[in-house]
Amino acid sequence: MVFIIRRREALIGAAATALALSRGANGQTIPKADVAAPKFDPEKGASLRVLRPARFVEPDEVIFRANTAKFTKDTGIDVRVDFVGWEDLRQQAAVSANTGAGPDIVLGWAEDPHIYADKVSELSDVAEYLGKKYGGWMFLGEKYGKKAGTNNWIGLPMGGTTGPLVYRESAVKEAGFDKVPTTHADFLKLCQNLKKNNKPAGFALGNAVGDGNGFANWLIWSHGGFLVDEGGKVAINSKETINALKYLKELYPTFVPGTLSWGDVSNNRAFAANELFLTANGVSLYFAVKNDPATKAIADDTNHAPLVQGVAPSEPQSATILNAMLFKHSKNQNAAKAYLTYMMEAEQYDPWLVGCLGYWAHPLNAYGNSKVWASDPKLAVYKNGMNNKFWTGYKGPITQAAGTVAAEYILVQMCAAVASGQATPEDAAKEAERRTRRYYR
Amino acid sequence: MTVATVTDWSRSRPQPGWFMRALDYKPLLILVCLLPAAGLLTVFLTYPLGLGIWLAFTDTKIGRTGQWIGLENFEYLLEDPLFWKAVFYSVFYTAVATFGKFALGLWLALLLNNHLPFKSLLRAIILLPWIVPTVLSAIAFWWIYDPQFSILSYLAVDVLGIRTTNFDFLSTVWPARWSLIAANIWRGIPFVAISLLAGLQTISPSLYEAALLDGSTAWQRFRYITFPLLMPILAIVMTFSIIFTFTDFQLVYAITRGGPVNSTHLMATLAFQRGIAGGELGEGAAIAVSMIPFLVFATLFSYFALARRKWQQGEAND
Repeated sequence: MVFIIRRREALIGAAATALALSRGANGQTIPKADVAAPKFDPEKGASLRVLRPARFVEPDEVIFRANTAKFTKDTGIDVRVDFVGWEDLRQQAAVSANTGAGPDIVLGWAEDPHIYADKVSELSDVAEYLGKKYGGWMFLGEKYGKKAGTNNWIGLPMGGTTGPLVYRESAVKEAGFDKVPTTHADFLKLCQNLKKNNKPAGFALGNAVGDGNGFANWLIWSHGGFLVDEGGKVAINSKETINALKYLKELYPTFVPGTLSWGDVSNNRAFAANELFLTANGVSLYFAVKNDPATKAIADDTNHAPLVQGVAPSEPQSATILNAMLFKHSKNQNAAKAYLTYMMEAEQYDPWLVGCLGYWAHPLNAYGNSKVWASDPKLAVYKNGMNNKFWTGYKGPITQAAGTVAAEYILVQMCAAVASGQATPEDAAKEAERRTRRYYR
Repeated sequence: MTVATVTDWSRSRPQPGWFMRALDYKPLLILVCLLPAAGLLTVFLTYPLGLGIWLAFTDTKIGRTGQWIGLENFEYLLEDPLFWKAVFYSVFYTAVATFGKFALGLWLALLLNNHLPFKSLLRAIILLPWIVPTVLSAIAFWWIYDPQFSILSYLAVDVLGIRTTNFDFLSTVWPARWSLIAANIWRGIPFVAISLLAGLQTISPSLYEAALLDGSTAWQRFRYITFPLLMPILAIVMTFSIIFTFTDFQLVYAITRGGPVNSTHLMATLAFQRGIAGGELGEGAAIAVSMIPFLVFATLFSYFALARRKWQQGEAND
């Protein structure tokens, strides 16, 4: 259950630029393999209802609607798209799944199709065609698309969003580093120096669904810990986790005060107010400062870097994934598949990607050539978000329990308890294990 | 002769139809008249309440219907320290906030009961915190308590220079708890003050005049006239206030979401967190059901301890 909160609305200022940019994008820059498109014969008189999360930036909705209108014009199939609040989407999808009524297609969150695996239609034909045509699916695309342990696609990941490090170049230089280091020891040194220069770092340790979980996951994964093992057995109470928490005990004092009560927007505000110089966030933070003339200077000094790798084999970060599913109860299976395929084709998908300013990272390799990634070199670190090798509930299968652990802030609170001195690392890990077990029964 | 014709002509009363006869039958009529109300209550009150209680005994999750699991949810909650933390804070929050609201509310009511210039305007202004939607005032407090951008910190640090660091309202356990209680008291005062003011106005001025003639002090007048006569309304307002406070949700959810580290969860917010955000509907319902005994107790306490009938009617206690 990762909801990225309203802060993305801050991007409205960028809307005009994005729209202009996306008008030029029509998918010519995207390499395509010559693959015959599957023939979906739409049902007679078919019409579709699509449910998707509210936009985070205006062009997201505008272009999505335009693409849908184009589909209706080409095929004669009426499509109604409803945008619902990010926090309500999962509940509405649940009602639809249980009652067998409502929308045909839901663009839900990461694990949703896996929760309703027996209620959604297989999308292998769509996914395999798209994979072949657009250079293959990226790691998380495949991970969240296929039913665990099979080659059957039950979801169609349409994009993912990540939260790498966002920092002020001048502050990091002043602290004696040319760029953000990749080892824990150096990173700690950097944060200590930043604190000394009164230009502190800060990461959310409050009940922040996106940022809090992002930080807690990074801390555990970069020390080699994980929530559950491959079989779904709870494995959070490990010496890796305890090491991670001990490291946090040293790292936390370097944070700007108040991070224990931070929500998802807090770091954005503090960064834009020159009170925070290193944090982790989605691309929205950068655009918010870039598009406000008052903070333009901050934006020029801002850059992004991957999260500190530590002992992890690759960048220890997952992504929040937009995962489309088609319910079996829909009477218009072929029309729905045609629609999903259509929306993922370069002529439609590329303008949408560009319009979203890099907030959604593409799940298909070929879209790495989209103009959006060339539009600002500072976006580079967001480009391959869907190739991260970690996921919510790593290393276990993708289940509802993984989502619940995130929504219940179990790992965030484990970190916060240690940072605030309320619990020893050992006790905190044990408590997290107890709570996690409850959901992985 | 004519007389006979007239009697012959008298029209026989038409036999009432079965429908009319049925309506003449009292028990049926009562049933029919009650139906709309009973239907409304069933659909909007009994059914959701019953469903909530039923869910508490199942392992329902969002997106999956549950199985009957008996008391398992409650057994888990009994040994869940987070649940007990929420119980403790709910009781503490209710007790302290209710006390604060009544102390300040009564004081305010007494002040407003005096002859003041612009009396009605003042009374209207007093109601403002109660009128503003809770979520809005919660967001205002959220800013006031913000670790970086608090107006209070700004005043203390940048304007007055009496502190060198920002206030830490929400990131440690007890300051966070007190901050929320303060916000709740602020919001609750108008309700108490206006209700008690209404009560105060029903007290006949002649009682005070008589007491004045007897040479009573202000305290005596309050203790022996105002307070006893205010008691019935106090009991009602107290009951409502306790229920509102105990089931408070918006303030806590908007300001801290139960943080830091779950120290400010009320039972209502914990139930929402587990049931809706966490998707464990059964467990969330169990937490909500656990609130019922507390509320029943609070209601009974107010009614029996504070509103002794005989006493209100001016008779002696037995």
